[in-house]
Amino acid sequence: MSDLLIELFSEEIPARMQGKAAADLQKLVTDGLVEAGLTYKSAASFSTPRRLTLSVEDLTGESKPVREERKGPKVGAPEQAIEGFLRGAGVAREALEVRDDKKGQTYFAVIEKPGRMAAEIIAEVLEHAIRNFPWPKSMRWGTGSLKWVRPLHSIICILTDEAGAEVVPMDVDGIVSGKQTRGHRFLSPDVFYVNSFEDYEAKLKRAYVMLRADARAEMIWHDATNQAFAMGLEVVEDQGLLAEVAGLVEWPVVLIGHVDQAFHGLPAEVLKTSMKEHQKFFSVRNPKSGQIERFVTVANTVTSDHGATILKGNQKVLFARLSDAKFFWENDLRVAKAGMGPWLESLSNVTFHNMLGSQKERIDRIIALARQIAPIVGADADEVAEAARVAKADLSSEMVYEFAELQGLMGRYYAKEAGLSDAVAAAAQEHYSPLGPSDDVPSAPVSVSVALADKIDTLTGFWAIDEKPTGSKDPFALRRAALGVIRLVLENEVSLKLLPKLTLGDAQGTFALMIQESLQNDDAFATDDLRAKGVSGVFNVKSISSNATDLLSFFHDRLKTYLKDQGIRHDIIDACIAMEGSDDLTLLVKRARALSETLATDDGVNLIQGFKRANNILTQAEEKDGVEYSYGAELKFAEAGAETALFAALDAAEAVITPAMAAEDFGVAMTAMAALRAPIDAFFTDVQVNADQQVVRRNRLNLLSRIRKICLSVADLTRVEG
Amino acid sequence: MTDKPRSFQEIILRLQTYWAAKGCAILQPYDMEVGAGTFHPGTTLRSLGSKPWAAAYVQPSRRPTDGRYGENPNRLQHYYQYQVIIKPSPPDLQDLYLGSLKAIGIDATVHDIRFVEDDWESPTLGAAGLGWEVWCDGMEVSQFTYFQQVGGHDCKPVSGELTYGLERVAMYVLECDHVMDMPFNDPDAPIALKYGDIFFQTEQEYARWNFDVADTDVLLQHFKDAEAECQRILDVPAVDPKTGKRIIMAHPAYDQCIKASHLFNLLDARGVISVTERQAYIGRVRALAKACADAFVQTPAGGFAA
Repeated sequence: MSDLLIELFSEEIPARMQGKAAADLQKLVTDGLVEAGLTYKSAASFSTPRRLTLSVEDLTGESKPVREERKGPKVGAPEQAIEGFLRGAGVAREALEVRDDKKGQTYFAVIEKPGRMAAEIIAEVLEHAIRNFPWPKSMRWGTGSLKWVRPLHSIICILTDEAGAEVVPMDVDGIVSGKQTRGHRFLSPDVFYVNSFEDYEAKLKRAYVMLRADARAEMIWHDATNQAFAMGLEVVEDQGLLAEVAGLVEWPVVLIGHVDQAFHGLPAEVLKTSMKEHQKFFSVRNPKSGQIERFVTVANTVTSDHGATILKGNQKVLFARLSDAKFFWENDLRVAKAGMGPWLESLSNVTFHNMLGSQKERIDRIIALARQIAPIVGADADEVAEAARVAKADLSSEMVYEFAELQGLMGRYYAKEAGLSDAVAAAAQEHYSPLGPSDDVPSAPVSVSVALADKIDTLTGFWAIDEKPTGSKDPFALRRAALGVIRLVLENEVSLKLLPKLTLGDAQGTFALMIQESLQNDDAFATDDLRAKGVSGVFNVKSISSNATDLLSFFHDRLKTYLKDQGIRHDIIDACIAMEGSDDLTLLVKRARALSETLATDDGVNLIQGFKRANNILTQAEEKDGVEYSYGAELKFAEAGAETALFAALDAAEAVITPAMAAEDFGVAMTAMAALRAPIDAFFTDVQVNADQQVVRRNRLNLLSRIRKICLSVADLTRVEG
Repeated sequence: MTDKPRSFQEIILRLQTYWAAKGCAILQPYDMEVGAGTFHPGTTLRSLGSKPWAAAYVQPSRRPTDGRYGENPNRLQHYYQYQVIIKPSPPDLQDLYLGSLKAIGIDATVHDIRFVEDDWESPTLGAAGLGWEVWCDGMEVSQFTYFQQVGGHDCKPVSGELTYGLERVAMYVLECDHVMDMPFNDPDAPIALKYGDIFFQTEQEYARWNFDVADTDVLLQHFKDAEAECQRILDVPAVDPKTGKRIIMAHPAYDQCIKASHLFNLLDARGVISVTERQAYIGRVRALAKACADAFVQTPAGGFAA
């Protein structure tokens, strides 16, 4: 048993790639070792800006010999067949054995693979890993042909046991393995030699290199929060930034500097974004006022002046950056206060998609649709139209041009500055939401209207020009948009019919209307593009209608995925999708939830059995007799006991279910339906449906038909499994 | 040389001395309008082919859209880049580079110098490389690139390219807040000149011309002429009928490519190129750059052996 230490020492590795690269190195090497017949106890990998390191403990010293027998052709088989067998097995002719097999004398090859020394295997596996490393981007340098993320300088590859450390000899394009590495680029640049992982980590630390990224991150966070605390301030948490900064330094030194008073008037988000994106600074805020007053920068070195020069330089750069941000902000405020006119105009010059017109045309569609949605969600239609009109104005602002991630948020500030209502300003920010499955869903009616209209316009537009997501390809994030609509509708219990009956010219129904609108925006250029794609230039009712239906089923698919995560079975949703009104997703889900709850009860499960039995008997009889048993069953032909009891139960259930369904009170309806379980079970136990007397039989089949009708009025139970 | 330089020109002179001592040929600026030091044929063309090369030079560069009439503390439509190009890239290029910073007064024992991922791409030159922007105390002072492709050709061997934004580096070293206040020659010289004494007026003049006065019809015609001439030069047969020698005119053709590129930048500054047209123009310049690169690798300097 021995321990393996590998270090690949290079020029600076991009911070974003380090974590995965360390994990890849571990996987490639350990998988390779195991595949070659070695075993080990544990492995761990590490990264710094200049090195990837792997430590493997208790690695076996050699692989076991392997003996394999292969059956070949019969003796006397054609020469070609024997030659082929020899090549495949990799043995010489004279090494073949002849044995008696069922079919006669047959050649056998015995392949003996001797055990191999660990060092030999490691050299082979590591070279393969280096040459086939999955960097997102790699490069050549100098005169070599080897590819690495940046020039690779040295390789440590040693096996350590009680006797000491041995270099595993290897040579990758002239880079020869050894025991040597270097410390911090500036603080300890000299070569040193290591004998084990413990030795390596300890010597690195003396050479100003903290090997473990998590330890670097922890130290940065600890020092930053402590220093901020001592000043009565707090560091704004940012895990992504912390991980990135930990990947930019081998020896982190936290320094706190001032944000000049001149910039205290800027929105906190602008300060945070500018400092983070350009300078990789953390923001430090005053917990009382929320004002960002200072910043944390993490240097990679210790200096004789305790970082004074470094801090001064960073402060100077920040001053220039924030001067730019302030300049943008002040320019933007002037435009905003004057009503944002130039921004709104310039949206006509911004292409949304060359087949779907400009942002301005898109805004006009969103306004029209948002107006329709407004009364459904309890918003004022004029306020909604105003919100939609200005929702994307900030895309033309200087601040959003500089920091795209501030879109929406700046819109909110600027709408306020333009003197618009809080609801309109909030919609400018919130209409983008929800962006992901865990993102908050807006609930303010104006925001909900614009958010829905925005997403539905995107979907109908891309459906109209046949740019639907396929497989893993979804360049316009249409799945996300659909999930956004679903969450907006469900979490706000919005009853929005996506697909009422369609008539062209007076297009009703959200999808159809929007698809038609999208297509009317085509200029000659776009129409040519559409033709080239095989989409007809003339849009008839049928094509729009089938497109709208297709889009609805896309929604239903997304909905199934969404509800599956919430524990609602896909067959239950299918049973509800089959019902009238399934383009109202809120109604659909209400129905599905009620059905799911009902089917979670004993009565519910058994009712399904009863329903299926009734349905099967009835379907068979109808097929056999060639008639439909849909006449009302008559009580006068019923026998006393279970049969008359079922009549009474059905009457009672119907009296509850019909009004409950009309009121969309699915819980009540389904409870009433589930209550039929006992009378139906009793009926099947006590009564023979196929009675000898034809009139009695027909009456009972008509009775089953009533069961079916009542149950199917609630949901399509034929689609429920089990 | 740990003492600090006192003027803009001293920084340039120290870089020249440093890189000369490291074995680079100190070239002079290319005598044409270019957007960056990379356009100098000493970089673009010489990074192609197998022949070793080491050069350093100052290159005046023009970016018409960056003009601010001399008012912005660090934006200029005309500025200087210092360019170092070594083929094949030596294994100690990072150390050589850090030595050059020390030579101009940036001492790594008091400053925080970092290599931050920044891959370089020039769509007009059909060129790309991997490397970093180098930060000194949070400020970008250089671009450090290992060329992987130029003019559509894979670079074999790979050149290492260093580009210093001279005004920015100098402002940092000389602790100036506004470029125009920066001493250009020795501040104690009998006639001390600041950067603004030399360039403030020209920044105004060119900003006005670039943004509002340049004749766009003429520029557009020049662009077309340069494009046509570049192609014509390359279409001429390799063997010169007068001397009977094989003379491929890669450099004269590349001059036309440089012209076209700068004319495109001027047209862009005049605001007459729409977003969709932009890509098309860039593609046209790239096509010229590629054709010139194709021609250069057929010449002796490009490694062609008859």
